[in-house]
Amino acid sequence: MSAAEHAGTQGPTSGEYIQHHLQHLQKNFSFENVKQSSIVDFSVFNLDSVFFSVLLGILGCFFMWRAARSATAGVPGRFQAAVEILAEMVENQAKGVVRNAKSRKLVSPLALTVFVWIFLMNAMDMIPVDLIPMIWHSVGPAAGFSDYMRVVPTADLSSTLGLSVSVLLVCLVYNVKIKGLGGWLHELVAAPFGDRWFLYPINFLMQMIEFIAKTVSHGMRLFGNMFAGELVFMLIALMGGVWAWQFNPLTGVFWLGFGHVVAGTVWSLFHILVITLQAFIFMMLTLIYVGQSHDSH
Amino acid sequence: MENVLGFVALACGLIVGLGAIGASIGIALMGGKFLEASARQPELMNELQTKMFILAGLIDAAFLIGVAIALLFAFANPFVLA
Repeated sequence: MSAAEHAGTQGPTSGEYIQHHLQHLQKNFSFENVKQSSIVDFSVFNLDSVFFSVLLGILGCFFMWRAARSATAGVPGRFQAAVEILAEMVENQAKGVVRNAKSRKLVSPLALTVFVWIFLMNAMDMIPVDLIPMIWHSVGPAAGFSDYMRVVPTADLSSTLGLSVSVLLVCLVYNVKIKGLGGWLHELVAAPFGDRWFLYPINFLMQMIEFIAKTVSHGMRLFGNMFAGELVFMLIALMGGVWAWQFNPLTGVFWLGFGHVVAGTVWSLFHILVITLQAFIFMMLTLIYVGQSHDSH
Repeated sequence: MENVLGFVALACGLIVGLGAIGASIGIALMGGKFLEASARQPELMNELQTKMFILAGLIDAAFLIGVAIALLFAFANPFVLA
């Protein structure tokens, strides 16, 4: 069972194909090609995730800027109307959750950015699995890079946890800004159980657990959805690879081709829903967490 | 080695299966409540639908994180020294 790019030789097994496709294009901070040595390795960064997330961020900002620049009082065009519907939806959600109008001036555009950016990054999953890696295979290794490429930045745990930690930082800043540093520190030890001195340790522990659990679940939810979706696409691609490699109508394997098309169609349609939904959920939770930092217990 | 791989396969099956039970029952309960509420107050249907999708994402979260971990063990097992 091998991918078309290894035609003529003893190609990779299905396990090797998947493992090859799961490896990030990693560099350490001296720009050498490395692979991470353990699950958590802070000495490497994933160049492919960084590149695609920055590229898609610039693209998203450009489209939003285009729409904002051509906003007139007259009848809008279709693209203009679509962007306005999106911005209005985000603003309505923000109004329902974040009560402070002054904070909304930052938080509502933040939520819009989060939604558009994550939607674009998730949408990279819709590109055929081998397309960009095959293009990279012909140019990358010649330029001195490793032969790995993963195109979905949100299927990378470092990207999604980075996003959720940024949201956590925004929440911490708002906590201090709205309640004052002393007020917030007092709340850290006084909520949720009560303002008694002997409850201070348990209150602090509960607050820390709450912050950590919210941030980790925020990032890992997006990662889990996107990683699982990408992996199922790779497995479906393997079905097609087996069919293409063993093209013999007499064997049962031939009908894997139909399985590939049917499964691919069904999973793509379902994944379109998942992509949009996960971006929406990330945005809503961003708004809810920032809104929670405005409330005093 | 085959023993380890056998255990890994069992573990992945358990993670995905048990997670699916929890997530499916949760979504089913929530969906039932949503349908009941829509029948009682059809004018709230759109608002409730928005909230229902948000809740669906939250309920599925733990299950999908489990699936991601199970897939990680199935294809890039960090405990196998290779």
